[in-house]
Amino acid sequence: MAETQIRNFNLNFGPQHPSAHGVLRLVLELDGEIIERADPHIGLLHRGTEKLIEYKNYMQAVPYFDRLDYVAPQNQEHAFALAVEKLLGLEIPPRGMYIRVLYAEIGRILNHILNICSYAMDVGAMTPMLWLFEEREILMEYCERASGARMHMAYFRPGGVAFDLPPKLVEDIGAWAERFPKMIDDCETLLTENRIFKQRTVDIGVITADQCLDWAFTGPNLRASGVPWDLRKAQPYDVYDKMEFSIPVGKHGDCYDRYLVRMAELRESVKIIKQCVNDLPGGPCKADDHKITPPRRADMKYSMEALIHHFKLYTEGYHVPAGETYTAVEAPKGEFAVYLVSDGTNKPYRCKIRAPGFAHLQAMDFLSRGHMLADVVANIGSLDIVFGEIDR
Amino acid sequence: MDLALKDLGEYIVGELPNEVLGSEMAPDELTLTAKRESIVKVLKMLRDDVNCQFRQLMDVCGADYPEREQRFEVVYNLLSMAQNIRIRVKVATDEETPVPSVTGVFSSANWFERETWDLFGIYFSDHPDMRRILTDYGFEGHPLRKDFPLTGYVEVRYDDEQKRVVYEPVMLTQEFRNFDFLSPWEGVQRMLPGDEKAEEAPPQPKKPEGAA
Repeated sequence: MAETQIRNFNLNFGPQHPSAHGVLRLVLELDGEIIERADPHIGLLHRGTEKLIEYKNYMQAVPYFDRLDYVAPQNQEHAFALAVEKLLGLEIPPRGMYIRVLYAEIGRILNHILNICSYAMDVGAMTPMLWLFEEREILMEYCERASGARMHMAYFRPGGVAFDLPPKLVEDIGAWAERFPKMIDDCETLLTENRIFKQRTVDIGVITADQCLDWAFTGPNLRASGVPWDLRKAQPYDVYDKMEFSIPVGKHGDCYDRYLVRMAELRESVKIIKQCVNDLPGGPCKADDHKITPPRRADMKYSMEALIHHFKLYTEGYHVPAGETYTAVEAPKGEFAVYLVSDGTNKPYRCKIRAPGFAHLQAMDFLSRGHMLADVVANIGSLDIVFGEIDR
Repeated sequence: MDLALKDLGEYIVGELPNEVLGSEMAPDELTLTAKRESIVKVLKMLRDDVNCQFRQLMDVCGADYPEREQRFEVVYNLLSMAQNIRIRVKVATDEETPVPSVTGVFSSANWFERETWDLFGIYFSDHPDMRRILTDYGFEGHPLRKDFPLTGYVEVRYDDEQKRVVYEPVMLTQEFRNFDFLSPWEGVQRMLPGDEKAEEAPPQPKKPEGAA
């Protein structure tokens, strides 16, 4: 029999594939159905956020952070607000900090809900999406009631939060936190012991703790490999040091463990939300320094100084002392950090955004090698990738 | 904590006197300046030394300072989970001189260095896969350089006659407005004449005579 030339097959996965979670173009080299090499092409959603921020003043930069990881916008703003406050040396009042922690956890739940649902849908389960998206909608309503926007809140600003919370809203969030764990239980009965779900995820995309460190994994993906590292505990910011919660860790570092860790984190976030709602102190929600935070509208009616502050703030903005900082928060996807260089003017000189998804996606080649084509989808889903933050 | 970080900076400078040019605390973050040629050695030492254990390279990025002789800075941000501290290492370079790649020390550096090459045009030598990453296929220039205009040079549109996407020189219907708010009229920074009196001790009220 004549020898036939066998050639590996190249497959373009995306950029318009529904399970690519956005605009990922993955060039796969296949031997039969086994992945030999995966080459992610990113940048299809590149908007030049870092360049744009260099041309805007500090307050105008805030909305860009919403549009990075648009699944949990609050957490990105949080990093920027903390970085600017660090350079300014600004203290914010306790109520502001509590509100931020409350909404950061709402952001975490928003993110984990979306990830778990879309991930389950990628591997064949339809119902979680229908159930949990209802909860997501309720949470986005709470975002809207606080800031006026369902998703892109622009709520955490340097100096505190933009608006105070009405008491009824806090009450409603508390009531929601009481009934939400039931929903997690229901969802878990659908997925956790589900035979199909387990066949698709157990022992797929295994990454060890050492490899996690080498590839700069953070967040749930790192914890699923058994490293108990959470910036909320290790380097607490705002009032996380007053919160009681535990850090769930996985054992095997496979897709299934990453799902379990996220599921457990949902419950921990609910705990934090309850504590915030119960302990929410009174007082102002933003710093009193009107060189940085806008004065109250009512004050501007009779106070000349307030009027001047308002005018200067919304034209020139504020000047941040020269210096640089690398400030990180535990965003739902992992360590989200801002490396901010200020030259003492009203615009950032350099604002590098460290997105967790960027580091996770570059391990895609390493994770997919030797797996089947269908496992690529499970891997992408379990890494929790959103292109807004990867492409920036 | 800050004191320990300062000591660590001195320790690292002591360990690698020829490779590390200096350490600086500002305000509570430790920054090392390293020689460009020996960045691989410095990061390897930071990763493996028992007092450092910076096992994670969180981020590599560039920064452009056109007024400097070596205009680019490459900034490495590292994290040590064992010690719960962060450190920043900087090296300086210019358009022509490549920086040795640290992909051999940290796998995560791969894409970060590609990004730095893409956005700043800082070349990394010995990098396994030096391609552009974030910008368009066939993009020219390095957008995060300070001399690259915010609007870029080309724009894309779908041409209905040619039935394909075409690139054209960028056309702005309105001039890009970049307001200069850094006016020299910064208001009164120093004390006004007479303000120094407020600092002085208030005159002591005279004690009424005869009081005990």
